[in-house]
Amino acid sequence: MRVARMSTVAVVGSVGSVRSEGSRVLAELESEAITIIREVAAETRAPVLLFSGGKDSAVLLHLALKAFSPGRLPFPVMHVDTGHNFEEVLSYRDEFVAQYRLELLVASVEESIRRGRVSDPGPTGSRNRLQSVTLLDAIATHGFDAAFGGGRRDEDKARAKERMLSFRDTLGRWEPRQQRPEPWNMLNARIRPGEHLRAFPLSNWTELDIWSYIGQEGIPLPSIYFSHRRVVVERSRMLLAVGGPVVLEAHETAWEETVRYRTVGDQSCTGAVRSHAATVDDVITETASARITERGATRADDGISDAAMEDRKREGYF
Amino acid sequence: MSATRSTTRQLRIATAGSVDDGKSTLIGRLLHDTKTIFEDQLDAVIKASRRYGDQEVNLALLTDGLRAEREQGITIDVAYRYFATPKRSFVLADTPGHAQYTRNMVTGASVSDVSLVLVDARHGVVEQTRRHLGIAALLGVRHIVLAVNKMDLTEWRVDVYAAVVNEVEALLRELRADVALHPVPVSALQGDNVVDRSTNTPWFGGATILDLLESIEIDESDVHVGARLAVQWTIRAGSDYRAYAGRLTGGPIKAGDEVVVLPAGLRSTVRSLTVAGTAADHASPGDAIAIELDDHVDVGRGDMLVVGSATVSPIVGRDLEVDVCWMTDEAAVVGRHMVVKHLARHVGATITSIQFRLDPSTLQPTSTPSLALNDLGRLTLRLDEALVADTASRSRSTGHLILIDETTNATAAAATIIAIE
Repeated sequence: MRVARMSTVAVVGSVGSVRSEGSRVLAELESEAITIIREVAAETRAPVLLFSGGKDSAVLLHLALKAFSPGRLPFPVMHVDTGHNFEEVLSYRDEFVAQYRLELLVASVEESIRRGRVSDPGPTGSRNRLQSVTLLDAIATHGFDAAFGGGRRDEDKARAKERMLSFRDTLGRWEPRQQRPEPWNMLNARIRPGEHLRAFPLSNWTELDIWSYIGQEGIPLPSIYFSHRRVVVERSRMLLAVGGPVVLEAHETAWEETVRYRTVGDQSCTGAVRSHAATVDDVITETASARITERGATRADDGISDAAMEDRKREGYF
Repeated sequence: MSATRSTTRQLRIATAGSVDDGKSTLIGRLLHDTKTIFEDQLDAVIKASRRYGDQEVNLALLTDGLRAEREQGITIDVAYRYFATPKRSFVLADTPGHAQYTRNMVTGASVSDVSLVLVDARHGVVEQTRRHLGIAALLGVRHIVLAVNKMDLTEWRVDVYAAVVNEVEALLRELRADVALHPVPVSALQGDNVVDRSTNTPWFGGATILDLLESIEIDESDVHVGARLAVQWTIRAGSDYRAYAGRLTGGPIKAGDEVVVLPAGLRSTVRSLTVAGTAADHASPGDAIAIELDDHVDVGRGDMLVVGSATVSPIVGRDLEVDVCWMTDEAAVVGRHMVVKHLARHVGATITSIQFRLDPSTLQPTSTPSLALNDLGRLTLRLDEALVADTASRSRSTGHLILIDETTNATAAAATIIAIE
């Protein structure tokens, strides 16, 4: 297994290479995800794939390319940019998109703030929640009726409740008590004008499955997923990278630490973890023995309340 | 091939039980003893237990993830949890027991290999147990692990245990369910026969719950009917390449195989195929594949490709008899027009008769003019066009469909095909 970083660009979705004999569990998850992607693409008029440059959306995009290989991806990809993204992630995103000649749309939270759709939470506030408005505006503007996301049920207890195909009303809201049953994984993608669907092909994947698959397939990732030295500051038990939106306050001390990121999101609320895992294999070993969930270890905003994720999802979050 | 597969694929478990029969405790114990609960999750559950006024740590809060569930102390919708032992990995769908949320239970139980049914030994079989067994039978679940719980409160009496097991066996016989029953006397609270064998049950020679879950063989009988591919999508590349994509069921397929396109009946040969987007010379059931054919025959979404050597061909027909779980407020009545979704196909359908409704307390068929929300029963349907399908007893993967409300687009019923002609 080799280290998959942006410098080593893996073969994605090309026909003709030898199929690796991975684990049966991964093969099953892969088939399930590809089947969902094809079904939603066929049943909806204007789907879009949400691509943040994080590991889950990298796997999702890799699977989508496979689903239609050797043909082209029949829908665009869209990034909701908070304006506080890690530089490494943005350049990774642009390289990935250029390599596969994908159509990239960027929906900007900065732009939503400028236009007065949402108010600026200030330099220290999290822009995570604001993404919902930007996302829903972009879905409406482009007329999308389905959005693929990399959400996984093992991330959070509210996500654990969500269907593969999640129905959103004309205001983009998720109503957890009115979810469509999905017997035998049969997806009902029929909607009325103005409504839309969120599709989660990675629903049944765990963090460990994601990493094992990244290793098996050699999927490139932004470098910040692997250990590196970084100047950090501790806030609400999270190690935040100093720079960009994270400005050191008078009472705070910054120091250099060997860290990596388990999740990649808005720089103002995504914490780094102390780690020496420098390769995919190292990360797999580390993930297999982790005693804290990825969101618990790295997301300041999920700790705010018992139902933080459910509340955000009801408003239209990913 | 199938021998090695069946031991390595994830086992899908659906739990079912009433509120107080110890379902959450049993799940909590399985997750805890397999070291699947993370420290921050346990911390959160301890804090939440205090807030919701529970005396002890309430393990139900591990899976009851919605605000309403946590406030009301009930399970409303399915929660999925993933865990693994050195022998196998598992997906556990924790489903609600209340009649009101039957449709959510159906979602969780429909794809499961094993239904884990809990019964409180002191109360024996109750209405919810009957409904759970009825639904498991309807959905074609092949294994039921029956946890006869709270045996410690009956002083581990073998006669109490035997009475529960006998009653469940009798019910399954009445339902004519093709299912293997695995009963276990347990105390979820104290851990007897969950992971470790109990010293309180010298009279019990069977396996513990975890041993059963690790060793149950996944039913793959429907991989022997012959390869079927419901076409989801046509992949085009360049001027020549055109391939039909979908998920393979029923059996293996390889380049050079003769195929029949149904319902049209056209014949062609597999020129090339891809598995998960990569060229391959053969594919196995469950694979997401795309097939290129030798001739430019007319094939599109909703058609079914079947290998010429299939042991049994699917049936092309317009009249269906189906067992349903009704899942919407608008009742099923004769004459109602709906949409059938079967694999990649949508077809209009009219309800032509309501054969019976299963009485939830006795599981006996009773005659009725309509089926209401959460009812189980049998209907006949007349389709607007012919459908290519199998009966569920022959092929679980091609023998089910859903009914969709044409106006609201709600998923109105989960249906198991009993007959098609």
